[in-house]
Amino acid sequence: MTQPVTPTGNNELLGTAVAMRKITRFERLLGPDNYRIMQGLFKTPASIAGSILILLFILVAIFAPVLAPPVTPNDPYKIPRDGFKSQPREPGSDWTKNVPDIPFWYKAVTGNEEWVHLFGTAQGQYDIYYGVIWGTRTAFRAGFIVVLSTLLIGVVVGSVSAYYGGLTDNILMRIVDVLLVLPGLMATLILAAVLTPIIGKSTLPVMISLIAFGWLGYSRIIRGDILSVKQRDFILAARVIGAKDSRILFRHIIPNAIVPTMVLASLDIGTVTLSFSALSFLGIGVEVGYADWGQVLAFARNWITSLNTYWYIIVYPGVTLVLFVLGWNLLGDALRDVLDPRMRGKV
Amino acid sequence: MTSNNDFLLHVDDLVMHFPIYRGVFQRKVGAVHAVDRVSFDVKKGETLGLVGESGCGKTTVGRTILQLYRPTSGKVEFEGVDLVRLKGEDMRRMRRKMQMIFQDPYASLNPRMTVEQLVGEPLLVHNVVAGKEINDRVKQLLELVKLNPSFANRYAHEFSGGQRQRIGIARALALNPNFIICDEPISALDVSIQAQVVNLLEELQAQFGLTYLFIAHDLSMVRHISTRVAVMYLGVIMELADRDELYNNPLHPYTQALLSAVPIPDPIADARRQRVILEGDVPSPVNPPSGCRFRTRCPIAVAMCAESRPEFREIKPGHFVACHLAK
Repeated sequence: MTQPVTPTGNNELLGTAVAMRKITRFERLLGPDNYRIMQGLFKTPASIAGSILILLFILVAIFAPVLAPPVTPNDPYKIPRDGFKSQPREPGSDWTKNVPDIPFWYKAVTGNEEWVHLFGTAQGQYDIYYGVIWGTRTAFRAGFIVVLSTLLIGVVVGSVSAYYGGLTDNILMRIVDVLLVLPGLMATLILAAVLTPIIGKSTLPVMISLIAFGWLGYSRIIRGDILSVKQRDFILAARVIGAKDSRILFRHIIPNAIVPTMVLASLDIGTVTLSFSALSFLGIGVEVGYADWGQVLAFARNWITSLNTYWYIIVYPGVTLVLFVLGWNLLGDALRDVLDPRMRGKV
Repeated sequence: MTSNNDFLLHVDDLVMHFPIYRGVFQRKVGAVHAVDRVSFDVKKGETLGLVGESGCGKTTVGRTILQLYRPTSGKVEFEGVDLVRLKGEDMRRMRRKMQMIFQDPYASLNPRMTVEQLVGEPLLVHNVVAGKEINDRVKQLLELVKLNPSFANRYAHEFSGGQRQRIGIARALALNPNFIICDEPISALDVSIQAQVVNLLEELQAQFGLTYLFIAHDLSMVRHISTRVAVMYLGVIMELADRDELYNNPLHPYTQALLSAVPIPDPIADARRQRVILEGDVPSPVNPPSGCRFRTRCPIAVAMCAESRPEFREIKPGHFVACHLAK
């Protein structure tokens, strides 16, 4: 028979060898996966454009009080009105009533001594420029609150469903199935219409309705990812060392399963903002005159037959909304390319 | 098989069937007979090698012993305590005494944890030491497995396969266990690194008096490291004997076939020897053959082999064989 082979390797030096590639502090902080995602955001022209767009919108939202000093400081989201006449006025027309303070950049940038309606006024003399600038904050707020809440609900439901499995899983997923049968925007619209008289006109009813029907997709995605992570060896290893269930779920499973859901969420910020504006356009949610892009667009409804004269009511808020959603979509696409191995490198 | 103080682990008639569900109503339509009435002992301080081809249930035996799978029936007595009956918190406490080293060093370390968190986690979940002492203990463990302690706050992906496997070993040692199941700890490594890891395992065994259940399919490596060797086929242990006895005097036809497949590092001797070549494939564990599991491929099978299952008998002192024809 065979001779026993005695292993004789003395590779003690290998104990002190590490990877040759220099790993920066930033990369070590984020971990390999997240670092790759961050890199992906600044790789293709599309992803760079998306990042720049979103960055611009963030700056506009942060510096809204400088770009458009509020006329009513207690309620900055109220669009200032220059009178009550119904006919819209074109960009560059004089501002006579409720004139805001002139910020330091104004004269240098516009060349005017006095405030004019930079983007014109809408029906009822609402200033479109104010609507667009302060509407950015509304868009971010609605987008983030709705997406974070839906993400939280979706992750909790999906994790519980996947981790416990069996009957719990079946019941929760059937509830999700039933809710997914309803057409999304329609259901949201009806719920918001029902909630508005109860809660009162604000951003709240629409956000609640968007959350109520928004978490379904997330719970599905995270459930699938948890089911796959659950099978990996390091989960067994955690059980071998005697970790408790909660520790395994929160320290081992969720951190390794949540990334695709996060990508979906980032893609959804644009969509949610769009739905929010759509409902606002239909007159559900905020009161008239609240700085919100959908609201400003809604002012164009009565003038839609003569848009060659009143183009500015639709172009300024419309283009802003399109750029905002485009930015999030480009960013989300870049994230998806990084995370979906089949798509990687093809863009 | 008597249970006395020399034995650390006593596995008795262990059965692990995984049910198969089909259809809309998830009816049970059958079961994978992964482990079928397996009995063996592990003596204190020894290394019991468990060999067999892929899918024969070696890994399942290891995982069932640690109660990662709850066995269908049978007993797993560890230091006189039946683990199958232990539940929840009691079982969790028992885990301090038995640990596992996994096959795939890439899959068995959480990619989002640093080495310090990975190695320190057992200490944390069992409240063995607290606060700063964890760091000291982790450093000590890393030195033990010959890793530079200054790597403690790196992530697993920054290491090579051999280094990762040693992180896994450090984690298994953290709680000072008496018993470690090595589930093919070297099959995923380069040959040069295999020697390094096996040497480390042997050193640690000498230093701490560890008992190993060494699961592998590399017969030469098992011969090197084991005190006794068990051969498994299709969920059943076919032969169990002291290492030299099993390698020099195999009694079961399956063991003979297995050993004749080990390459000899000498082309002339290799060409001259007689090999036992088995026909056909391993039968499905969902529907295993009647009687002896090996009879469908056995070169010497007789009618009796299909009728009754051979008993696992002690033919010579310490040499157990499950074959009607073995003498």
